[in-house]
Amino acid sequence: MTDIDTSMASRPVLTAKDFASDQEPKWCPGCGDHAVLQQLKNVMPDLGIPPEEIVFISGIGCSSRLPYYMATYGVHGIHGRALPIASGLKTSRPELSVWVATGDGDALSIGGNHFIHTLRRNIDLNVVLFNNEIYGLTKGQYSPTTKVGLKTVTSPNGVIDHPFNTATLTLGAGGTFFARAMDRDGKVLRSILHRAASHKGTSLVEIYQNCPIFNNSAFQAFAGQENKDESTVYVEHGMPLVFGKFRQKGIRLDGSTPTVVDLFKGDVSESDLWIHDERDTFKANLLARFFDDPLTVENFLPRPFGVFYAEDRLTYEDALTAQITMAQENGEGTLEELLKGDNSYVIK
Amino acid sequence: MSEPISSTSKFTVTPKTSVSVLFAGDSGDGMQLTGTQFANTVAVYGADLNTFPNFPSEIRAPAGTIAGVSGFQLQFGSKPVYTPGAKFDVMVAMNAAALKANLKDLHRGGIIIACTDGFDEKNLKLSGYPEGANPIEDGTLSNYIVFPVPVLQLTREALKDTGLSNKEIDRCKNMFILGLLYWLYSLPIETTVDMLHAKFGKNATIAEANIRAIKGGYFFGDETEIFANLGRFDISPTKQHGTYRRVTGNEACAIGLTAAAKKAGLELFLGSYPITPATEILQTLAKMKKWGVKTFQAEDEIAGVLTSIGAAYGGALAATNTSGPGLALKTEALGLAVMLELPLVVINVQRGGPSTGLPTKPEQSDLMMAMYGRHGEAPMPIVAAYSPVDCFYTTYEASRIAIEHMTPVMCLTDGYLALSSEPWQVESAGNLSDINPRFSPERNADDPPFLPYKRDERHVRPWAIPGTRGLEHRIGGLEKQHETGHVSTDPDNHELMTRLRAEKIEKIADSIPLQTLDNGPEKGDLLILGWGSSYGAIKTAVEQALAKGLSVAHAHLRYLNPFPKNLGELMGNYKTVLIPENNYGQLVHLIRDKYLFAPVSFTKVKGLPFNEMEILEKITDLIKEH
Repeated sequence: MTDIDTSMASRPVLTAKDFASDQEPKWCPGCGDHAVLQQLKNVMPDLGIPPEEIVFISGIGCSSRLPYYMATYGVHGIHGRALPIASGLKTSRPELSVWVATGDGDALSIGGNHFIHTLRRNIDLNVVLFNNEIYGLTKGQYSPTTKVGLKTVTSPNGVIDHPFNTATLTLGAGGTFFARAMDRDGKVLRSILHRAASHKGTSLVEIYQNCPIFNNSAFQAFAGQENKDESTVYVEHGMPLVFGKFRQKGIRLDGSTPTVVDLFKGDVSESDLWIHDERDTFKANLLARFFDDPLTVENFLPRPFGVFYAEDRLTYEDALTAQITMAQENGEGTLEELLKGDNSYVIK
Repeated sequence: MSEPISSTSKFTVTPKTSVSVLFAGDSGDGMQLTGTQFANTVAVYGADLNTFPNFPSEIRAPAGTIAGVSGFQLQFGSKPVYTPGAKFDVMVAMNAAALKANLKDLHRGGIIIACTDGFDEKNLKLSGYPEGANPIEDGTLSNYIVFPVPVLQLTREALKDTGLSNKEIDRCKNMFILGLLYWLYSLPIETTVDMLHAKFGKNATIAEANIRAIKGGYFFGDETEIFANLGRFDISPTKQHGTYRRVTGNEACAIGLTAAAKKAGLELFLGSYPITPATEILQTLAKMKKWGVKTFQAEDEIAGVLTSIGAAYGGALAATNTSGPGLALKTEALGLAVMLELPLVVINVQRGGPSTGLPTKPEQSDLMMAMYGRHGEAPMPIVAAYSPVDCFYTTYEASRIAIEHMTPVMCLTDGYLALSSEPWQVESAGNLSDINPRFSPERNADDPPFLPYKRDERHVRPWAIPGTRGLEHRIGGLEKQHETGHVSTDPDNHELMTRLRAEKIEKIADSIPLQTLDNGPEKGDLLILGWGSSYGAIKTAVEQALAKGLSVAHAHLRYLNPFPKNLGELMGNYKTVLIPENNYGQLVHLIRDKYLFAPVSFTKVKGLPFNEMEILEKITDLIKEH
């Protein structure tokens, strides 16, 4: 969707403010959703798409209120069903820029079936998944991404469900684009949203989003100034996997085993490291499995952020359009032809 | 093209006004194909007809067993026929199981053409006949006229020098039967011959073998003496000249949706998930790409309806099709569609329930679900089709109501209509009523704010689709503020919006025709008020009752919510109102609730449609009571 609409030429230059609706966001103070909304509004003017051709669709949950705050078209759907609503709209109107705001409960629990099937179809949707590892709107029940052991109102003795890893789930379902961002890291988030918008196919952006009320600091290990440099790695296409406050650590691939190496020891240099390749399915799947909890795992692998994987694959709607174009090679069917059918007979 | 063949005419030919025939055999015997070919021949010949396939829900039930019997029933006549026949006059039984499974529905004195090869020891045992018993030999069928025909042997004889394998030759035995039936009913073989040429174009040997089998059957009738006493029959063509096609209810639904989209100038989008007996609608529409139709086979029933809601938001004529269990899954989404006030056509092909119930058998038991099966106050218009051809008109009308009144519409058919077929004189495009979507036009920045829930005099809100400059707006499942569409929890606003949504549906009654009588006097002893697929049985029974001089009339409802405005008055003209339904009494509830009187309920919940004899008997009983 990077094509600049010609009708935009005659319009005033839009800014983030032009994408703010007249409704005041009703999220709690300090909620990560505010930051994501701001970055979405920041990104919109850069896309060169007139606001009337942008649609935000959501399900149910705190993050699903987002469409009300965007001065575009929008549908606030029902729990778990944002993706099929968006899929139907995009299939019917491929020229629109269709965005989905969803959460870990909405997308991965009640809407889990739609999640995997949308990804395999590769419909050109930009899916922003706000993962706060908790149910916020219903007040604090555990979600399918909540860490094992967390005590919540529905897990007073600690969660015993093994959590989903959104990255492996996305790639396992045949997704063509996966990226991870942190709510408070505006710069990275903004660049990832740009990438998601320009990717042709289902772009899945998982955002670690803090819920200050029911699951505060769930991502502190990756977000806190004191430790984020050591616990996260930002991946960039063509660049080695280097991290650490002094860029002193790297990840080397020993066969298919990723190993953290010390770059300051002198026996390993950046050229020995894993070079990130967004188009490499195999490596993306390894990267997706970097899911250690730094607080409980010794010699943990850092949590990756950035674009893990971007595959160029025909979208569902383009394939369908191509079939229709082929069927209409000799002209579109008329109403008369439709009514007559191809097996009519004449009685004299 | 083969040369036309004709009988040597040594037999008497008796004219008949109508005949009901059942082709029954093992599900591997090709009975659906045989019946379909017979129906096509009858249709092209110009007789009226009505067909109904009856096959097991298993794809390949054990061969030779009762469970594996597949049947194709049709009635054809020189006068209009409205049902496949309450009982059949002729039964083709390819094996013992087919005979055993269907004998109870053969008229006393009816004809049985039994394929003797299917009555060997093995087949008799598999179908549960006691050892040593063979119905076609032991005299137990003395109430019927039985013709044992060694079909397999005769087919092998006729095709012996074709060079085909035995297996290929044996597969032609259904064509032999077909030829024999063509002879018996003085029908031309050319329609089937042409089909075989077209189908096997590049494989001429197979086509020729099948044609030879048809001729074999035809000449067997003509040359053997076994039919000497019976003679042949003739049913004179009834149809006026014109162009016809034969459609099933499911096909007609698909054509109806596409025609409505074309007429309205919209794209048709169908979000769907396969379910018996509704799947052919999806299958038919998947082949309609030439008309720009987009079908989306979703991951489940829920996504089926929600993709359609998404497409409706984008300005398509959106539809979803399903059957009972699927409709149950869609109900939450239908509540959303009611709230969003977007056009959506929901075709529910009813089947026996609850739960998986009787997947291949028809029932009319989802009326209550259509009417009330959503949480909250969520009214939806309901229309119901009464015949295979009417599935076209009812679906078209459902689309018109959806688009012009900005609402989801429930269109009810059932498994009987879905799979039955009848001839349809090709409709002219000009005869179809206009459908006018009212899209909101672009707005400028200095225009007053757009109000997505500002209603017109019919309480209909505008259709504002993405891509239209100046109409950017957000809608959702949360209650809307009147006119602005903003989220609102205001108590008075919720009550107002609830009332407006209800009145919007009630106001549809202003745009639908008044209820008319199908047949019978304007005042009298008894009115039969039907809906859905019972039409043919009621129609036929009322014709017979009127011929007997009984004071009975028939009205058939297409509009079940809202009812036509004159319905109460119309019912008041009769001493008794009878409501036959293939459920435990659902329309009767709605009528009693609205009009505060007690119609007589007549229910049948057997997974089978009503037949005319049952209705006639009920009419006679009721009128006697007066």
